[in-house]
Amino acid sequence: MTAAATRTPLLQLSGITKRYPGCLANDSVDLTVMPGEIHALLGENGAGKSTLVKTIYGVVQADAGEIRWRGEPITIASPNAARRLGIGMVFQHFSLFEGLTVLDNVALGLPGRSANRALAKEILEISRNYGLPLDPQREVHTLSVGERQRIEIVRCLLQDPQLLIMDEPTSVLTPQEVGELFRTLRTLSAEGRAILYISHKLQEIRDLCETATILRMGRVVANCDPRRETTSSLAQMMLGGELAPPGVAGDPSTAPPVLTIRGLSLASADRFGIDLEDIALDIRPGEVLGVAGVAGNGQIELLRALSGETVSDRPDAILFQGEPIGHLGPRARRARGLAVVPEERLGHAAVPAMSLVENALLTGYGPKRLLSAGMIRTGETRRYAESIVADFDVRTAGVGAAASSLSGGNLQKFVVGREILQEPKVLIASQPTWGVDAGAAGAIRRALRALAGRGTAVVVISQDLDELMEISDRIAVINVGRLSEPRPTRSVTVEEIGLLMGGVHGADAAPELVEAAQ
Amino acid sequence: MDVVVQIIVTTILASTPLILAATGELVVERSGVLNLGVEGMMLIGAVCAFVVTMETGSGTLGVFAGMIGGVVISLVFAVLTLVTLANQVATGLALTIFGIGCSALIGVNHVGRAYSGLPKLDIPGISDIPVLGPILFRHDPLVYVGVAMVAAVWWFLYRTKAGLVLRAVGESHDAAHAIGYPVVAIRFAAVAFGGAMSGLAGAHLSLAYTPMWQEQMSAGRGWIALALVVFATWRPWRVLLGAYVFGAMRMLELHGQSALSLNIPSQLFTMLPYVATIVVLVIISRDAMRVRASAPACLGQPFHPRG
Amino acid sequence: MIRLERRPAPSRFWSYMTPVLAVALTVVAGALLFWALGYPAGAALYQFFVTPVETGYMRAELLVKATPLVLIGVGLAIGFRAGVWNIGAEGQLLMGALGGGAVALAFWNEDVPGLIVLMMLAGAASGAAYAAIPALLKTRFNVNEILSSLMLTYVAGLIISIMIYGPLRDPQGYGFPQSRIFHPAATLSPILEGTRLHFGAVIALVAAGLAWLAMARSLFGFQVKVVGQAPQAARYAGFSQPRMVWIGMLLGGALAGLAGVIEVAGPVRQLNDSISPGYGFTAIIVAFLGRLHPVGVAIAGVVIAMSYIGGENAQIMVGMPLAVTGVFQGMLLFFLLGSDLLIRYRIRLRKPGVAARPAAEPVPAVAEPRVESA
Repeated sequence: MTAAATRTPLLQLSGITKRYPGCLANDSVDLTVMPGEIHALLGENGAGKSTLVKTIYGVVQADAGEIRWRGEPITIASPNAARRLGIGMVFQHFSLFEGLTVLDNVALGLPGRSANRALAKEILEISRNYGLPLDPQREVHTLSVGERQRIEIVRCLLQDPQLLIMDEPTSVLTPQEVGELFRTLRTLSAEGRAILYISHKLQEIRDLCETATILRMGRVVANCDPRRETTSSLAQMMLGGELAPPGVAGDPSTAPPVLTIRGLSLASADRFGIDLEDIALDIRPGEVLGVAGVAGNGQIELLRALSGETVSDRPDAILFQGEPIGHLGPRARRARGLAVVPEERLGHAAVPAMSLVENALLTGYGPKRLLSAGMIRTGETRRYAESIVADFDVRTAGVGAAASSLSGGNLQKFVVGREILQEPKVLIASQPTWGVDAGAAGAIRRALRALAGRGTAVVVISQDLDELMEISDRIAVINVGRLSEPRPTRSVTVEEIGLLMGGVHGADAAPELVEAAQ
Repeated sequence: MDVVVQIIVTTILASTPLILAATGELVVERSGVLNLGVEGMMLIGAVCAFVVTMETGSGTLGVFAGMIGGVVISLVFAVLTLVTLANQVATGLALTIFGIGCSALIGVNHVGRAYSGLPKLDIPGISDIPVLGPILFRHDPLVYVGVAMVAAVWWFLYRTKAGLVLRAVGESHDAAHAIGYPVVAIRFAAVAFGGAMSGLAGAHLSLAYTPMWQEQMSAGRGWIALALVVFATWRPWRVLLGAYVFGAMRMLELHGQSALSLNIPSQLFTMLPYVATIVVLVIISRDAMRVRASAPACLGQPFHPRG
Repeated sequence: MIRLERRPAPSRFWSYMTPVLAVALTVVAGALLFWALGYPAGAALYQFFVTPVETGYMRAELLVKATPLVLIGVGLAIGFRAGVWNIGAEGQLLMGALGGGAVALAFWNEDVPGLIVLMMLAGAASGAAYAAIPALLKTRFNVNEILSSLMLTYVAGLIISIMIYGPLRDPQGYGFPQSRIFHPAATLSPILEGTRLHFGAVIALVAAGLAWLAMARSLFGFQVKVVGQAPQAARYAGFSQPRMVWIGMLLGGALAGLAGVIEVAGPVRQLNDSISPGYGFTAIIVAFLGRLHPVGVAIAGVVIAMSYIGGENAQIMVGMPLAVTGVFQGMLLFFLLGSDLLIRYRIRLRKPGVAARPAAEPVPAVAEPRVESA
């Protein structure tokens, strides 16, 4: 690369410390980024990556530590100040305006620029030079996730940044789009721009980055050259030796299906949602069926269609033990033994301000017989909540505590436990370990596996392919509202799944393809 | 002919307070804030304008007093919803209740007093042109201000960077905050603008439309203005159109009975604007997707910067 | 620097304390207001807060005023909890008065036993029917219930006006816009010697009690709370939102209608153009001040009733305009909404240091529960 010309680090952090109430997000973190370098910041969810980059971008102020930019000590008071220095950031979430055009969105990110023709021309120019095709007049909500990311990148590039921060940029992309993005990033690096690349995807970092700083529990645990590491040595550093147990996938069940879905098509009720098209699936007792896919491909809609939150006008689109239930709502489906764990814990799976007792009642009132003549049996309900807390090791001050006061992992254990204790015949769980600490994630996966072992049909919808490979017997892929034919996990390769996830190319585990794209 | 001219003139006059208040509220809602207190702000504006005009003899001072009154009370709303993060619906209702009481208190010694009304435009020659003269060139200044404000707000929202930022804040306050825009400050400004416009609307009521002060004289116009913003699907020029439709309803109330010379209770005519508001809301709202697609995405949601 | 820090869970302590704090702040602000208006603050406050509870008659009067406020407030509180913003209770009250009054006037010169019960049923039904309009418009056409219920309030006032100028006008009333005086069988007689306290107060108390039971102990109450707090979780649990809109609206309308008929059968005894001094609107304040909790609403109803009586007293004794009552009520709601911040947020005067509880779990970044428009 071109960094040899100057040896002054572009960015140097030393001793950065940031506390939040109840947790130490960054503990004396050091980080050095050289010009032109593609530098990985690696760590699990909750390792402190986001806090650190927010500090660099001026969104968060560190409690202690020093930031040097081209050797000079500085403070970065705001994102504006960061941009003035030449730091650009591509966020994972929350910085586009759905109802506005690409041009408007770009103008909003550029102080002193209006959404005029001159700017539109510049956008087109940049998008040509860096392989980022974009139409300035399109409204953002009509764009794919990959195109939206391009807006963010173009917006950054228009400010001629020396350091570009990318926060989990590939978590929302298809493998093909990942290849295109990497090409763009290499071009930028060749121009002498540094890139701070945040990810927890190991293969990707090995393919792209020259240096890696690894965070665990808010601390730097290693600096290395990822090209010289193996995926498993990187994982060891990231997780601290806590590697996931090997897969337990067994022979696919041959029992008659408990849930049969045929020709389920549903238009999304959301302004920016995905329509489900002709979904077909058999789910058998005792198996774990994984549904893989890039976020935003209809997972939310699929969960709602199965839970009964959206109903089909064709009752026989969904058969439960042969009985048509496509037209039934959540209550009736639950009464038959279909339980659901939605992705969003607060506000969907649980009511944030309500106590665990009330949240136990939320779905348990029917299956657990917590009512008598329409009145709540308070003693029974409390005992039910207490049994969830005890059986699933939920750490809480007590069952009177509000759901919002629990950590993500503990609340998720509570929600999963609440559903499992209802002894469902079918359990559908969406992103059951998303944003959950490693310990709780392991416990949840074991619990789901054990439930299947007791004869329940379990469906896990997840973006985490490793998780699905670990716990499912069969895997299907959802892509733009269509579900692929499920395949036995034993005989499927990650490459094949990647293909189904929508790209023409293989998944991140196929580096030769990505390399070939250069 | 005279009757037709008279009807058009009345329509324009009656629609002006609606135009002023709805244009202000449109800007407020575009910034993502739902201020249901328009009725209360209008009344405060009306009473401040009237009292100051009667005390100083200057209609101009009165108009400004109306605006200031609207701004001051709107800032109470802004502090409660934007700083202490109170529920916007409840606070808007509180603003209306407070505005009704407070305006009654301020105006208690001025009930029944009469004012000659704001001076009308009078350009010799032009104002005397038959038909066009009275329709276009013989109104009080606030009529022209109303139309001008619609144009100005349109220009601001769609042709300036500041307007784009305001729309962006209403579309996603988190994204706007992430980019570094001062969400709360922008919303404060928008709410204050809405207050000024509602105050102006009130001033038009008490100084021009019916030049006097009477408790609750706005008679639901603040609420109709809110409905107009929905009717206009948050677009300025459609506010103008909608306001004229409602102005025409008022005109029916005034002229309908005599013109039709029917034996119908006058209250039925008075009901018209309220019923029409409901009908219009039904027509607009039944396409839920369209309303949702045109409404600012953050409308009514509290914003608390995190991080 | 003052910082707001979100509490992990809403504070129970402050949810009980903020109404008290708001009342206290209102008293202080009220004193300042009186002083600014040039009235003797002490004497005025005495009229507002002491005279209404000084004598037995006054205390009974307090309950007479509190009766419609509590009845309506209880209904609104349940609706607000479910996120149903019925603010047209004034209109539903008027229609209830009209419905019940029409029954009374149909038998204006007959002694019909049980007529009062029939009137109450008619009044509650009329109020509910009137509230069904915004409910239908909301569930069928997605029309904002705030605007539709409010517009209907203006319409209701005009309907009453048409009736008392027209078909229901007292033929011997010298053309005044009012109906005949009801037959004694159609009125609520005092239950306390020498006062105007009538049986309506008992009904209000029973309504509050039943509402408390339903909200605290029944699945219905639980559904109301879940639908209001987390619509998505409600759908997940199988609680229907449109159904809640219907129930919230009809219940609010029925109780407002009942309040209306109790007003005309109790203190007013005829239909005229001053049946209610805005009870339907004031009940919104009552509902909020009572923390949307039926027992709280019952207490808040009495507190707010005090402002009505206090306002009347202050007008007579100190010469203060009656409009002060409205200012008082508005201020109270402002203070309440402002101080409610303390329930969900802590106020920190300096930058937060290390967490006070070292053993505490990491606090998740709690997302604001979004109220979806879907």
